Amino acid sequence: MAEPIIRTQDLTIMFGGHTAVDHVNLDIMPNKFVSIIGPNGAGKTTFFNLLSGQFFPTSGRILFKGHDVTDIPAHLRTRLGMGRNFQISNIFPDLTVLENVRLAVQARSGIHYQILRHHRKYSRFSDQAMALLESVKLSGKAAQPSRFLAHGEKRKLEIAIILALEPEVLLLDEPTAGMAVEEVPAILELLARLKTDKRTILLVEHKIDMVMSLSDTLVVLANGRLLAQGNPRQIMENEQVQAAYLGGIAP
Amino acid sequence: MPDVSLPTRMHKIRGLLSLPRSSRTVPILLLLILVAVPLITPSRSMLNLLTEIFIMGIFAMSYDILLGYTGIVSFGHALFFGTGAYMTGLIFARTGPKLGYLFLAIGGGILLVTVMALIIGYLSLRLKDVYYAMITLAFAELFFIIAEKWRSVTNGADGFSFNVPAVLQDRVVYYYVSLVLLALIVVFLRRFIESPTGKVLQAIRENEKRAEFLGYDVLKFKLISNVIAGVVASFAGVAWALQQRFVSTGVMTVDKTIDALLMTTIGGTGTLYGALLGSGITGMAKNWLSELAKVHPIFERWYIIFGLLYIGIVLFFPGGILGTLMRIRSTKNKPSVTISAGD
Ligand SMILES: Nc1ncnc2c1ncn2[C@@H]1O[C@H](COP(=O)(O)OP(=O)(O)OP(=O)(O)O)[C@@H](O)[C@H]1O
Ligand SMILES: [Mg+2]
Repeated sequence: MAEPIIRTQDLTIMFGGHTAVDHVNLDIMPNKFVSIIGPNGAGKTTFFNLLSGQFFPTSGRILFKGHDVTDIPAHLRTRLGMGRNFQISNIFPDLTVLENVRLAVQARSGIHYQILRHHRKYSRFSDQAMALLESVKLSGKAAQPSRFLAHGEKRKLEIAIILALEPEVLLLDEPTAGMAVEEVPAILELLARLKTDKRTILLVEHKIDMVMSLSDTLVVLANGRLLAQGNPRQIMENEQVQAAYLGGIAP
Repeated sequence: MPDVSLPTRMHKIRGLLSLPRSSRTVPILLLLILVAVPLITPSRSMLNLLTEIFIMGIFAMSYDILLGYTGIVSFGHALFFGTGAYMTGLIFARTGPKLGYLFLAIGGGILLVTVMALIIGYLSLRLKDVYYAMITLAFAELFFIIAEKWRSVTNGADGFSFNVPAVLQDRVVYYYVSLVLLALIVVFLRRFIESPTGKVLQAIRENEKRAEFLGYDVLKFKLISNVIAGVVASFAGVAWALQQRFVSTGVMTVDKTIDALLMTTIGGTGTLYGALLGSGITGMAKNWLSELAKVHPIFERWYIIFGLLYIGIVLFFPGGILGTLMRIRSTKNKPSVTISAGD
């Protein structure tokens, strides 16, 4: 049996008196596609924020590839192989679309402290960034400042940025939120393709029908607690889950 | 990784990486004109004014590295300018006007400023914008008070004068010296902002959180920015002291920082040349208004008039003069976004 790539032990965070994530013990196995579902305010985003280092927990531990990363800052977790997007698009608005991705490629390559060479000398970074933009169908907008992108395009740009980091674990918080309906299939297809690669994906998503076919495992959060986990069928049949969340949707 | 196994060579994308580049022709032309100025006019006051504009332009550009390229608002930048100026003044006042001591002043300035920029930066740069600005204000006041109270060395606000090497006393020679310094610093800073590290600074300015989640150590980058801006500001301070042959606590004041802030905003933050333009406009305006003061005393209050000018520019040219010009140009020839892959 493989070791889990991410393990949380009694992971808890409190905001004032409110416990947003409440003693969550979860093992994520490598190369799995895991979807996290749960009602609004269940603590899904907060859970991602804890995993990625945006927040530090009140108590509990986080292990990543066997290392205790509970106390290490976000940029080091990225370098260890975690890549995340944000529920609300988070890009570099005044930089061009290409530069957004190029910066991620550069970060991944480890060229951080180089102050005398021109950045264009590293042409492979731009080539790679352009190829990534192509994979999310944004290469036509490479030269525009990214603030001019439509909402759905910004989400796609974020995906390209994360892919550039070549993370072992992808944390995707509602990547299709706010996208036009006709754009969703392209992203779904991209996610499906990612799944076949060697990488672990954690996805928060409200469109349950969409995650069903993609996911190996569903994890249900409610009120900050881990309510259930299992394969999609098990979860759909779980009465507790139906009561807490799925309501009328389950067959 | 999907689709990226075969990197497609696209030469055109080089041109797409940054927004329209200000072409090199204008700066080079300007440089040629400036080189010719002493040949055309023997006016000492003209050369002095331009020299001052060059030096303050260097200071303003160093401020633009912080404000325009990293997104850091500092009220303590004059600290570095003042350190360079005092270093020069004290060394020449205590030794003699030999050229060799100049290198001691420059070297000592670099060393001291680097240490100061690292320590102050390390203590304050983790703080969020407003708190950071406040801390820099506190440091600026602290050093100002030290300079003020340490009269045995600095002679406080009264300051002290000193002799500089004879060659540098020649106005024409010094004009060229500062022009060369300016040109070298422009080349260096342009290199820096176009380097991989410089690009990360701009990313931090745009979105600090996203930069951190790309794996960049944001604090370290801000420290680099602070050190480079500080060292360049200290060069300006050295050059300033050499020109004035006099140093007082005035070089350390928050006013001095505000001058740089105004020049940068007037010209356009995040453009580098904007800071130079700002220095030019400020220097010329000051000069012009003090000339006018002979005509009517209202112009003695040039700071007020200058304030009005500043408000006008901020209101009508958001992004500064150069920033606005560049924006107009980039919307005119809207980037053609048709890219043929693998040409
Ligand atoms: N920084 C914060 N400070 C205070 N409370 C917070 C903070 N972040 C989240 N919370 C609270 O924690 C709870 C969980 O929020 P979270 O955003 O994690 O939910 P979510 O499951 O992602 O919801 P959604 O599906 O709407 O995105 C909410 O009650 C929220 O108000
Ligand atoms: Mg959420």
